[in-house]
Amino acid sequence: MNVQNQSATPISQVRDQATLVAAEGVGMSFQGRQILSDVDLTVNRGEIVTLIGLNGSGKSTLARILLGLMQPEAGRVWRAGQLRHGYVPQDITIDPAMPLTLQRFLTLGGRVGDTVLETTLDEVGLSGRLQAQMAALSGGELHRAMLGRALLRQPDFLVLDEPMAGVDVAGQGQLYQLIETIRDRYNCGVLLISHDLHVVMAATDRVICLNHHVCCTGRPDSVVGDPEFRALFGAAVADRLALYHHHHDHSHDPDGGVVPLGQIHDHDHDHDHDHDHDHDHIHDHNHRHHHHDGHSHD
Amino acid sequence: MITIIATTITTAIPMIEDFMLRAVLGGVGVAGVAGPLGCFVIWRGMVYFGAALAHSSLLGVALGLAIGVPADLGIAVLCLLMALGFLLLDRSRLVASDTLLGILAHGSLALGLLALALMEGLRVDLMSYLFGDILALNLRDLVVIYGLMTVVLGLLVVYWRSLLSATIDEDLARVEGVATPRLKLIFTLLMAVVIAVGMKVVGILMVVSLLIIPAATARRLANSPEKMAILAGFIGVLSVVMGLAASYQWDLPSGAAIVAAAVALFLLSLLAGRVKARNVQRGEVG
Repeated sequence: MNVQNQSATPISQVRDQATLVAAEGVGMSFQGRQILSDVDLTVNRGEIVTLIGLNGSGKSTLARILLGLMQPEAGRVWRAGQLRHGYVPQDITIDPAMPLTLQRFLTLGGRVGDTVLETTLDEVGLSGRLQAQMAALSGGELHRAMLGRALLRQPDFLVLDEPMAGVDVAGQGQLYQLIETIRDRYNCGVLLISHDLHVVMAATDRVICLNHHVCCTGRPDSVVGDPEFRALFGAAVADRLALYHHHHDHSHDPDGGVVPLGQIHDHDHDHDHDHDHDHDHIHDHNHRHHHHDGHSHD
Repeated sequence: MITIIATTITTAIPMIEDFMLRAVLGGVGVAGVAGPLGCFVIWRGMVYFGAALAHSSLLGVALGLAIGVPADLGIAVLCLLMALGFLLLDRSRLVASDTLLGILAHGSLALGLLALALMEGLRVDLMSYLFGDILALNLRDLVVIYGLMTVVLGLLVVYWRSLLSATIDEDLARVEGVATPRLKLIFTLLMAVVIAVGMKVVGILMVVSLLIIPAATARRLANSPEKMAILAGFIGVLSVVMGLAASYQWDLPSGAAIVAAAVALFLLSLLAGRVKARNVQRGEVG
């Protein structure tokens, strides 16, 4: 089982050559309110890590600490030397009093060649908009513009804070694909902050569920089975997500989860364990899923 | 460049008196730099901050007199102290930022008035500080103005890109390697200097207008930050020349005439903006 509750493993043990950023025992408070306590987290090269948690759970603060925008009160943050950071904040406001074209905005982070600019613009779906004024962009366009600016820096470590906000459902799938493409192309580590659980589950290597402390971490399918996750997001949500990514080779522990309808299935029956499409569970499926390590993810 | 413009304009307009020439040169020097800097003031939403600095400068005058240094140095030092004090107090979040600015602005203005009143055997021409006394500029003033404005303009050019980036979003700028805390300090310093000098032209009560009105006017006519900054400089210069000409012609208070000219240009730009928009709608202008 790869559900790890908050561990006290020192950074030196967690860290390997692929590690880009590692936080150890990070704590932070604002005006006497503890926002983060004893948070451990690592992001490796080529990995998409998603930080989930309710509003106000400290996700953005943690991201800002990892980026070095904020110093933690407790604990420490280690970064691989000479990292190029890319950051797409949740929102920025560009004062309409500033005349600024998209082109100018994109190249503020550093000069780039025209071909690179065109390619990136294509990638984030803003081609032909170079001369548009920033103040005239829609919320979604602004977000993609920020993503474009981060990509132009060819980041080693890319942090995306709620990138799905303001993007419609169809666009979310594309955006996720884009993030995967980016990860593959730049071989960067991606830290994604999201509260949209559905999309998160689709393309994430590791999920970290945050509620001021790390509730649980692991592969998406294992996290949804974690009691802390269920307590935080509600059993119904967890189950729906479990179905959403329901793979085979699982086993079920009927260990006292919420079973309102009393329909505990005995799943030791004859499943075909060879195909690997998702189950189409229409029936009530209220037992807990605990997934083992080592099953294949697509 | 500003000097060239200044001389061209002053030779073009027949002005006989020396004091008028010095006024035009001084006003042009300040307004030409206040315009570009003012763009950042409005982009960063620091108009009230500028006003607070200006209000505190009377205390600076008193300080200068008390310790025997030139008034403009006292003003610049006090503006700077105020700015740093604000940055420190604002971080503690005791009250909202604009409330804090209001307290600092009026508190220091009151203190300044009290300090000046308490200084024995000293008669300070309060009106000239409050409303400016551009016609009283002497040669030393001009040297100070052009010296300081060259430094301000130079720093603005050097830090232009970083300032722009930090103005758009401080976090993004920092992630991309801009040293934003240092930049904030530099910008505050530039504001303090321009306000201390600009006070001589239009006075404590109106000095912020030199920063923001030409910038607001330029916004309507520009499509890039650089164009807006350069235009703001030119518009500021034009306001000074127009204001002084009107002041000379009709014997008007010069500071008020300059600000009124700046406002008139702003209103004109609104009109120009509307015409332009209509033309764009008709497809006449690309």
